[in-house]
Amino acid sequence: MQAFIEKMKDSATKSQVWKSMFRHSYEDTPRNRYLQVLDNVWLHLHPTRIPRHAGAIRFTWCMGGITWLLFLVTAVTGVLLMFYYRPTAEYAFNDMKYLEFDVPFGMFLRNMHRWAAHGMVITVWLHMFRVFLTGSYKPPREFNWVVGVILLTVTLLLSFTGYLLPWDQLSIWAVTVGTNMARATPLLGHEGPFGPELGMRPDNDVRFVLLGGTQVGPPTLLRFYVLHCIFLPIFLSIFCAVHFWRIRKDGGISGPL
Amino acid sequence: MENLILILSKPDNLPIAMMVVLLGYYTLLWWRQARKNDGIISDGRYSELQDENNDRIFVWPYLVRIEFLAAILVLLILTVWSVALDAPLEHPANPSKTPNPSKAPWYFLGLQEMLVYFDPWIAGVIFPTLIIVGLMAIPYIDKNPKGNGYYTWMERKFALSTFLFGFFVLWVALIFVGTFLRGPGWNFFAPWEAWDPHKVVAMVNVDLHQYFGIRSSVVAFLFGGFIVTAYFCLGIVYYYWKKNTDFIKTMGAARFGVMAFLFLCMMGLPIKMLLRWAFNIKYVWVTPWFNI
Repeated sequence: MQAFIEKMKDSATKSQVWKSMFRHSYEDTPRNRYLQVLDNVWLHLHPTRIPRHAGAIRFTWCMGGITWLLFLVTAVTGVLLMFYYRPTAEYAFNDMKYLEFDVPFGMFLRNMHRWAAHGMVITVWLHMFRVFLTGSYKPPREFNWVVGVILLTVTLLLSFTGYLLPWDQLSIWAVTVGTNMARATPLLGHEGPFGPELGMRPDNDVRFVLLGGTQVGPPTLLRFYVLHCIFLPIFLSIFCAVHFWRIRKDGGISGPL
Repeated sequence: MENLILILSKPDNLPIAMMVVLLGYYTLLWWRQARKNDGIISDGRYSELQDENNDRIFVWPYLVRIEFLAAILVLLILTVWSVALDAPLEHPANPSKTPNPSKAPWYFLGLQEMLVYFDPWIAGVIFPTLIIVGLMAIPYIDKNPKGNGYYTWMERKFALSTFLFGFFVLWVALIFVGTFLRGPGWNFFAPWEAWDPHKVVAMVNVDLHQYFGIRSSVVAFLFGGFIVTAYFCLGIVYYYWKKNTDFIKTMGAARFGVMAFLFLCMMGLPIKMLLRWAFNIKYVWVTPWFNI
């Protein structure tokens, strides 16, 4: 029996199909430890070796990685939610009820999306906090800190645009309060300093552009939906790519020099 | 107290409680490691830290396994959280029925709380912009080469205390106040008070120039303008006062100017909070176009 299993294993792992997929054996050798990271599209973002302290949770708190994980969770659950949700004032709220009562695991899906999004806001703050406390923004990593601040801002914008989509009292009023600030923009808002002097009115200022109207209404819902599902995630992904790339290019994780 | 418990138990506010706990934990973690490293450095054993940095470990398996376990743990917590607590869904959107209080999402409530102390163009537009720009400027302002890549306190006291003050007091604490202590009409309610929509609040706020008995609006304009300008000139005064120190010399005039401006803007918030809470002062500078 033993011999038979060995034989089967051999013929499987020595086949052309297997070899085309797996380029190296799984034996625990230093060479394989390198290849395990280098040959894997998901793992190759890592260096093959890191300073000892970079593997310690007490140093990194894992917060950057967790933020990325939570982004992936919101992306996956978000795509699934998009199957059931229509971003128009007639349907949006009913679709939320549909998700809650009719769609299998619909409520679970929505909960997961919302809590992962809230979690992401917290972990991105904690990540920034850790990076500041370890002074990791110092040369040569200045620019990656700037990219990180952009990512922080985009995270908040993603969360904010998503807040409107349930189209209930909580969401429209939270977004009303938030976007009301835009009317006070200096020069560009109709209630901001020197705005009226420049001809700003409720129906032509920067808030109007943001909302697609003079108040939070159906055009706002569509606008925020498109921003939330298309523009901001793509924007975030691009800057994440830069962020991860720069970690490597700036010499990996920071450490006492 | 009932009211506070009611707000605390809202599922959307649970993240705030989680954040406060996590922040406390990680601050302690930072402090312990910082003090340990400070001890090592003041003993002249900095090379020990460097040795650890130069000691390499394999990513496979030593880092990948941590990432994998962390991912499982986070997904587990998230699953339990999603099973246990439902995302809120209130009545359908109704533009003609304004809830009181109307609040922004919890992570913006620090900004909403700033509206008490500054007009919307500052609290809602200028300050958020300055927060983003200011954060981005940090690496270019902070010329202290020490404390790069390890926890410390001793070597970066000013940078750390400024950041901690801004993050803990001006961001997190204001979120806490905005969420839990601001009720109908954005009035302040102590934790043990019920949120009474009919709470009577005396309008006793005055502008700074009224404290000095200035009645003419032109004089008030000049007076307020002088105060605000003088406040920002503190940076220039400090520059000339400390001109010959190493700190100013490494900074240079332009970099110091940016830092002083951002720092004074940031400190403007606690100053105006103090003026409001202790002296009922609303505006420092009143003009026909804007108020500060």
